[in-house]
Amino acid sequence: MTTTTVTPGAPSDALPEEVLRTKSWKGPIGLAVVAVISLLVFGIGTPSGTQTTFSVATSSDFVHLPTATVPSKLAAILLSVVALALAGYAAYLANRYRKPGIWLPIVYGMAVMGALLTWAGAGRDSTNIQITGLLTSALFLAVPLIFGALAGTLCERSGIINIAIEGQLLAGAFFAALVASMVGNAYVGLIAAPLAGALVGAILAIFATKYWVNQIVVGVVLNMLVVGLTSFFFSTVMSDNPELNQSLGLEALPIPVLSTIPVIGPVLFDQNLLVYTMYVVVIVFQIMLFKSRWGLRVRAVGEHPKAADTVGIKVNRTRVRNTILGGAIAGLGGAFFTVASGLAFGKEMTAGKGYIALAAMILGRWSPRGALAAALLFGFADALRVQLGIIGSDIPSQFLAMFPYLATIFAVAGLVGHSRPPAAEGTPYKK
Amino acid sequence: MSATTEAAAPQKPQTPSRAQQVLREILESSTLVVIMAIVASMLIGAILIAFADEEVRAASAYFFSRPGDTLSAIWEAVSGAYTAMFQGAIYNSNVDSFAGQIKPFTQTLTQATPLIFAGLGLGIGFRAGMFNIGAQGQIIIGATLGGWVGFAWHLPVGLHLLVAIIGCALGGAIWGFIPGILKAKTGAHEVIVTIMLNYVALNLLSYLLSLEAFQREGQDNPISPTVDTNAQYPLLLGDQFPLHWGFVLALACAGGVWWLMERSTLGFEFRAVGANPRAARTAGMNVAKGTVLVMVVAGALAGLAGSAQVLGTEKNLTLDVAGSIGFDAITVALLGRSRPLGTVMAAILFGGLKASGPTLQVQAGLPVDIVFVIQATIVLFIAAPPLVRSIFRLPAPAHEKEVAA
Repeated sequence: MTTTTVTPGAPSDALPEEVLRTKSWKGPIGLAVVAVISLLVFGIGTPSGTQTTFSVATSSDFVHLPTATVPSKLAAILLSVVALALAGYAAYLANRYRKPGIWLPIVYGMAVMGALLTWAGAGRDSTNIQITGLLTSALFLAVPLIFGALAGTLCERSGIINIAIEGQLLAGAFFAALVASMVGNAYVGLIAAPLAGALVGAILAIFATKYWVNQIVVGVVLNMLVVGLTSFFFSTVMSDNPELNQSLGLEALPIPVLSTIPVIGPVLFDQNLLVYTMYVVVIVFQIMLFKSRWGLRVRAVGEHPKAADTVGIKVNRTRVRNTILGGAIAGLGGAFFTVASGLAFGKEMTAGKGYIALAAMILGRWSPRGALAAALLFGFADALRVQLGIIGSDIPSQFLAMFPYLATIFAVAGLVGHSRPPAAEGTPYKK
Repeated sequence: MSATTEAAAPQKPQTPSRAQQVLREILESSTLVVIMAIVASMLIGAILIAFADEEVRAASAYFFSRPGDTLSAIWEAVSGAYTAMFQGAIYNSNVDSFAGQIKPFTQTLTQATPLIFAGLGLGIGFRAGMFNIGAQGQIIIGATLGGWVGFAWHLPVGLHLLVAIIGCALGGAIWGFIPGILKAKTGAHEVIVTIMLNYVALNLLSYLLSLEAFQREGQDNPISPTVDTNAQYPLLLGDQFPLHWGFVLALACAGGVWWLMERSTLGFEFRAVGANPRAARTAGMNVAKGTVLVMVVAGALAGLAGSAQVLGTEKNLTLDVAGSIGFDAITVALLGRSRPLGTVMAAILFGGLKASGPTLQVQAGLPVDIVFVIQATIVLFIAAPPLVRSIFRLPAPAHEKEVAA
């Protein structure tokens, strides 16, 4: 599959990479701009003489960490300078045709977020910035996005655009609540949810591979259909029989020993079964997609279906299977909204999370690992919005809510890294 | 005639009679597919209505002892629902006055107005190969700008409405320009950018409505002041009907779009860019310019859909000003095959479905959401003619090998 075929139709851009090395300055410039803004607004903008208190402790910790109080202005300036230095390092690498590792954006992000939190918490002696609480809710809010983005990745890697993530999440949420309420056990909801998502995925797959309908059209229309169907049954059957829509919750299952580690313990190892499933699913698909024979085949189908077909891979069968599998995973993510959050089903309760998941998939460059990182970032932005609302920050919550969308626009416009979708995405394979 | 063809048929089976030919043409036509898609969707809707009906469920418990009860309950539920839809959308026979009888249809046209505008814009985009999902955001920004002109400025009669309409178009055009320029300059996929911009627009409006300049006095809810009477579309048929002049403007725009796409050089360039960008570039067209212009025109039309809402039906700005028009308009444009006339017809159909919502709720006790289901299934069926043909056992046309979106 890795043979370089030079077709007459694809002329100049098929040159070897050594010849066409370009210095990519967009990334470093973007990082530097944000770091300078951080320095000006959060660093210089913080009133001097104020302090910010961070608390990390929770009751179940094995070791109790004390709360940390730092001088706001100094800390915010220092963190911004660190971010600026990282931007400089990225520029240095770019000048030498190299790309920074994954650690750089992570450390950079932590520095800028730290500066933001320090600024937001400055001079508020009565409230602490709850780091552990912030991270816990960030992970929790990221769960549906991770499942959704993973679903999108699986579909798009095989060449099917999955705009219907929103519908799959909603269908999953609906069936999880319905079946769990019928049986009276929240865990049964986790089995029903992926089935519902898979059904939506199957419709998408059939229309895309059998009838060659534009995949974006099917996706958009399927979202509408699922919204209509779930809302219809919610207002008729479910409201006539309240016992079909109860609020059942999955209880948290703390992992012994691990859950008592400060900060990491309560954030990662004191969650419910759906979150643990998410860890497994992400790791499994990261390995499967890039290290297994199955993954190689899927990617071949998504990049060059004709070549894949020539070596005997069933293109459309692979696509259908992947789309159904992706739908099932998104459906499982939908269980987050009802059984995993302990809520009953509500009309249109996914509220556009499927589209944010789509954004996370793009920002994560169509890989499970990247999707995880991007979804966590978006989850963090969401959690931050809630936290800043509690401490009463000056930033309008609407702008924080916009963040995932703006980040995605920057990503697809190539301002933050380069995002390249699978080559054969969206084109039906006709023999 | 039939006798001669019957006699001739065994010898020359490849030349069918005129009547057969006409019949075959009718069966193969895409209009029949559209009609059958609507019929199939109504059937699916009927199944859902029957399923949700309590009496049907009660009667089905003893289905095998008395199946007639179930069937009559199904019939009552389904016919009740569709009668309610008809009376809510087209003609209400329960009222004595003529005005009251045709009022539902004027409501349908009112609901169709923003759908026509936005559907026309999306249709231009589809024909130019741009999949613009961003009508929702463009409507919101258009309505915001035009609405702000409407309630914050105070201009004389005539001028105010004109300026407010231009404001709406401008707002939508700006929101369409962003994905256009990003696509032209960086290759960013317009589907993703427009989806994201929808949410940015909604959050922006939410922020603006929290500001004093946009807040109605004495109100805590995010709602703007009412736009000046000078800036409102005048009513078309007098006070008893909700239909306003926005509908006429929408029809005029449909004519304008037809001229643009079919008769003007610019429209030819749009279509060429959509059909084959490489060929268009080779022919000396500026593809980047075309891409941006398509999105600007589409955005402006979506912005006008916002004007139908904020200057016509709603008369103020709320977070719900765009409703689901942006997404409904996608289905309108698809159903109308991106052609102006088709878009107008499809908009009236979906406007009727929307207008029937309240009646459906009151008279048949059904939630409005059934309308979404019918709408979505119509589009799904229309997008896949082979599916409809196989359901109704229609012959496949010989020439139609490819399935268009």
